[in-house]
Amino acid sequence: MNKNIKAIISDPMVDNNPITKQVLGICSALAVTVKMEQAVVMSLALAFVLVCSNIIISLLRKSIPGKIRIIVQLTVIASLVILIDELLKAYLYDISKQLSVFVALIITNCIIMGRAEAFAMQNNIKDAMYDGLGNAAGYGSVLIIVSIFRELLGSGTLFNYSVIPSSIYLENGGWYVNNGLMLLAPGAFIILGLIVWAQRSYTKYVED
Amino acid sequence: MKFLRNLLDKVEPNFVGNGKYAKFYPLYEMVDTFLFTTADKTENGPYIRDAVDLKRVMSFVVLAMLPALFFGIFNVGRQVNPDAPIIDMFFSGLPVVLPIILVSYVVGGFWEMLFSVVRKHEINEGFLVTGILIPLVMPPTIPLWMVAIATSFGVVIGKEIFGGTGYNIFNPALVARAFIFFAYPGAISGDKVWTVNGVSQATPLLQAVSQQGSRAVELLGDKFTWWDMFYGFIPGSIGETSTLAILIGAIFLLITRIGNWRIMAGTLLGMVLTAKLANYFGEAVSSSNSMLSLPAEYHLVMGGFAFGLVFMATDPVSAAQTDRGRWIYGFLIGFMCVVIRAINPAYPEGMMMAILFANAFSPLIDYFVMKSHIKKRLKRFAA
Repeated sequence: MNKNIKAIISDPMVDNNPITKQVLGICSALAVTVKMEQAVVMSLALAFVLVCSNIIISLLRKSIPGKIRIIVQLTVIASLVILIDELLKAYLYDISKQLSVFVALIITNCIIMGRAEAFAMQNNIKDAMYDGLGNAAGYGSVLIIVSIFRELLGSGTLFNYSVIPSSIYLENGGWYVNNGLMLLAPGAFIILGLIVWAQRSYTKYVED
Repeated sequence: MKFLRNLLDKVEPNFVGNGKYAKFYPLYEMVDTFLFTTADKTENGPYIRDAVDLKRVMSFVVLAMLPALFFGIFNVGRQVNPDAPIIDMFFSGLPVVLPIILVSYVVGGFWEMLFSVVRKHEINEGFLVTGILIPLVMPPTIPLWMVAIATSFGVVIGKEIFGGTGYNIFNPALVARAFIFFAYPGAISGDKVWTVNGVSQATPLLQAVSQQGSRAVELLGDKFTWWDMFYGFIPGSIGETSTLAILIGAIFLLITRIGNWRIMAGTLLGMVLTAKLANYFGEAVSSSNSMLSLPAEYHLVMGGFAFGLVFMATDPVSAAQTDRGRWIYGFLIGFMCVVIRAINPAYPEGMMMAILFANAFSPLIDYFVMKSHIKKRLKRFAA
């Protein structure tokens, strides 16, 4: 793997993370991070759509007329989203029900449109694919970190396996109570804010 | 006093310049200026000549809270030990309340110190007040670990991320309470909360909504008379029960001109008018909502209204800063408090939400008040 590709993949992981740096895709990051299961499936769904749309747009980039490029991109993305939505319904019905409208809303996720417009339109297929992978990983990693905190603190489980021993819970004679705030969207906001804080104190990046 | 001064002078070299503990200078500075008037002179403008500085203001607020605190301790003891003589009641309340205060100060002080050491500034006095406000707005049965988490949340998320004392947009003590309210609702609301020694009691606010189709005052019945609630012989958060004790604090704050009278008056006015409106409205549509019929004087003595009015709404940092803005800000709090209490069935208490809500709006209120000033002046000059 040459240096260029490495940079394409690693840049959106930290320095240009779509969620914590560009603050895109926040809506789904708040909505589907209550359970890790949902976050993982959502990240995979988004990765599929992002990589495929980047590849297809990059393939078509020389024949898309400039004036209607947004419509063409939307058509490609929408077809892919419908595809993944049907796939989830067929094979992961329960999770697809929990994710409800948020799979369909991948279509409006700014990350996908943004990468198509900003990267896939100007670059070759290979780079576009790696860019899609990198951004999907950047998005997915934040989603999964947020969901680890939310599921652990909010429900005391990870991937639905209880991690916190049940004997310390208040109803079983202990003292511990799950944190209800983590199940609400503001909880995700606060966790996300703390991640952004930690990242920016590490990278010394300051918004201007 | 001389002894203390000598001691401080002796250890000072360790904390300045290349001293051993230079990193912890904020800590030394805190103790020093807490005990003695500082010898440092202001180096650049603006200069304000005044005998009171931030530290004295904060100490005065703590003094004003003492009646409510002492009554709170007594009231907790009264529930633990209902038949004891008065002095014993006070002492049986101490072991319940003191640990909460201690945890709040230790945890909050830790964060405060950490941030001032990392950011290399002096420890601000803001926490002196926040640290006592937090226990006063907690129910006596609150588990101590929740107090610790809530205090951390209030200090870090409510204050330090905005830049520390003087920059926070929300009142940190209320942020701490709101955290528990949403994270551990079972510990702060509901009739299981005020269970001291196995006897659970509903707070007056819960009692007043306990039955649909009745009038709130009838539901309170003989269990909670107005005077009981005014003196504070009711279950509730530690500091909020006695309107009388809070009133003493309010008079102290008004005489020393530390609490702003416009905010207090505005809040009171907003509450009374909105309660009257709710009374008429409830009558007109013959609503089955019991809280709509609650008279204004009951709103004053029930729940955290009086406490929030005197100690929370007047927080100089998060309140509006212009005189006209303060009236609007206060009015908004009073209005929202009654609206949440009477119309939202999910939350029997509305003062916390109302103040946080108004906190969020206070910069906007100030902005429009300033704009209207500017407009008026422009008109005057144009003419």
